[in-house]
Amino acid sequence: MSIQVNHLTKRYGAFRALDDVSFTVRQGELLALLGPSGGGKTTLLRIIAGLERPDEGSVLFDGDDAIRRDPRDRGVGFVFQHYALFRHMTVFENVAFGLRVRPRAQRPEEAEIRRRVNELLSLVQLDYLGSRYPSQLSGGQRQRVALARALAVEPKVLLLDEPFGALDAKVRQELRRWLRRLHAEIHLTSVFVTHDQEEALELANRVVIINEGRIEQDGTPEEVVEHPATPFVVNFLGQVNIFHGRVQEGKALLGPLALEYPEHPHTEARTAAGYSRPHELAVSRTDDEGGGLWAVITDVRVAGAIVKLEVIDDERRPIQVELGREQYESIRATVGERVYVKPRKVRVFMDK
Amino acid sequence: MAGYVHASTGQRGRRSGRLTEPLIVRVLLIAIALGFLFLFLVLPLATVFTEAFASGTAAYLDAIREPDALAALRLTLLAAAIAVPANLVFGVCAGWAIARFQFRGKQLLTTLIDLPFAVSPVISGMVFVLLFGRQGVLGPWVADHDIKIVFAVPGIVLATIFVSFPFVAREIIPVMEAAGSQEEEAARVLGAGGLQTFFRVTLPNIKWGLLYGVILCNARAMGEFGAVSVVSGKIRGVTNTLPLHVEILYNEYAFQAAFAVSSLLAFLAIVTLIVKTVVERRMGAAVEAVPEAAAAPQLS
Repeated sequence: MSIQVNHLTKRYGAFRALDDVSFTVRQGELLALLGPSGGGKTTLLRIIAGLERPDEGSVLFDGDDAIRRDPRDRGVGFVFQHYALFRHMTVFENVAFGLRVRPRAQRPEEAEIRRRVNELLSLVQLDYLGSRYPSQLSGGQRQRVALARALAVEPKVLLLDEPFGALDAKVRQELRRWLRRLHAEIHLTSVFVTHDQEEALELANRVVIINEGRIEQDGTPEEVVEHPATPFVVNFLGQVNIFHGRVQEGKALLGPLALEYPEHPHTEARTAAGYSRPHELAVSRTDDEGGGLWAVITDVRVAGAIVKLEVIDDERRPIQVELGREQYESIRATVGERVYVKPRKVRVFMDK
Repeated sequence: MAGYVHASTGQRGRRSGRLTEPLIVRVLLIAIALGFLFLFLVLPLATVFTEAFASGTAAYLDAIREPDALAALRLTLLAAAIAVPANLVFGVCAGWAIARFQFRGKQLLTTLIDLPFAVSPVISGMVFVLLFGRQGVLGPWVADHDIKIVFAVPGIVLATIFVSFPFVAREIIPVMEAAGSQEEEAARVLGAGGLQTFFRVTLPNIKWGLLYGVILCNARAMGEFGAVSVVSGKIRGVTNTLPLHVEILYNEYAFQAAFAVSSLLAFLAIVTLIVKTVVERRMGAAVEAVPEAAAAPQLS
């Protein structure tokens, strides 16, 4: 099923949790809603599920208005951040719940329920835990029970709220891989919320980046990484060096850097900033090519295959650089030495 | 609420295990506590039973079997049988509203629920006299329709409902708040209707708190003296409840009979305490499961 979200706005008093948000989830897609906490992602997910009503805008499921429909009739599976398992029921009964509460005419036979639940429990690799209670399970196991329970009602859309947020790093990695395999297997249209950019980029086919109730960018993981649409996206997707300055007559003068900037050919000067990631900077002993700046190394840290340098420019502004091990070996510079730093890539954004 | 607090502090004490106070302080404190308990609780209770049986078992049974005593017992049971279910329904509604919804006047409602605790029972009774009595606001209307409230059974039931209504609501509000609404939301998304959600998800989560509230509510409903005394008119065999009957017997110097009827109430109190202890223990176990479920990562 496809989901179309049109101009959603949701206010809590004077606070705008969502502000004119529109995007589309295509059939079979695994889409990530990525953004900082409190940015409106969870509200958006809850509106899609029907747990909350928007003040304005519409949600269409395969072109049909879903807002008027009660959550129970929307055909969504929802995995809550803290799983929300029924703590007085066994794992088996948790998964069976959605089938048992159906109106009598649509309720499967007891034997059929057993078969379906056992099938789902083996899908999430928990068939041996059916008679346990949620409090007797580990976090990762609870997560998978929550997923099995959501899938039991054969939803047309799966919605996951920070699915791995409460788990430790190793289990998170494992579940992430597992969820991707599962999605490849059953191809269910899925939307998950996360504040972890790595998780979003690794798992999703498409990423919608949300901040302060607005969409900053909507694109494939590659698009958002390679062509970030806004300074926020650049900042959010990882560590970045910022060079403040201005643009005028096709040139950008950003502190120690001078670049071509044909996007702004006008004589009127505008403030702007250039963004360059630590691995997008080259370091050398000479300034053969120009276009860079001289800086002094203040810190060198070897982190496995890469070397992290901190340098300061002439005005004592710190700049972070990441080099490959071999590259670093070839220049052999240590703390206190002057080196020439040249960005291989700078993204320039004019201030609004 | 009270039970939850007791249960958890008890657990913590047991876990930490080591006490820093010297032996003498411990012995002294325990002695004072037990001495008080004996003087003010055990001794009076024992007196009730010894006095009740002072003239022999036959006299005891006679005092209880006496028609006025039986009528008082029936009325007490009737008042409780109406007040407890009424307050159960009210308590669940109020608890649900306060724990689940945001609305104007929520704070006021929460405070008002405690009103019967704050107000003297005599005033609680007076309210109904002032409302439905001959000179009362609704008095003429009631008289026109030939309904008797004050100095009749309906007045006693109303007063009983009034004094016992906070118990259920107060017990389930914290339990519902601790349980949160996520399980109910999960049930809704999974296709459960309102009633299904309540009976399959909400009720199992709050059942021990609810039962605890009902027990306390019942104890208060059966034991209430002040408010009922004002509206009753103390017509023997008609508007006398057990506590009122005890007072009348006592005022007539029928001490043995008074204590015999008292022993019924004392017995009721003991049963209440036993049931309460059992429920508290179950509720403690249920509440402990909550934080464990919320704090997720504890993997090997």
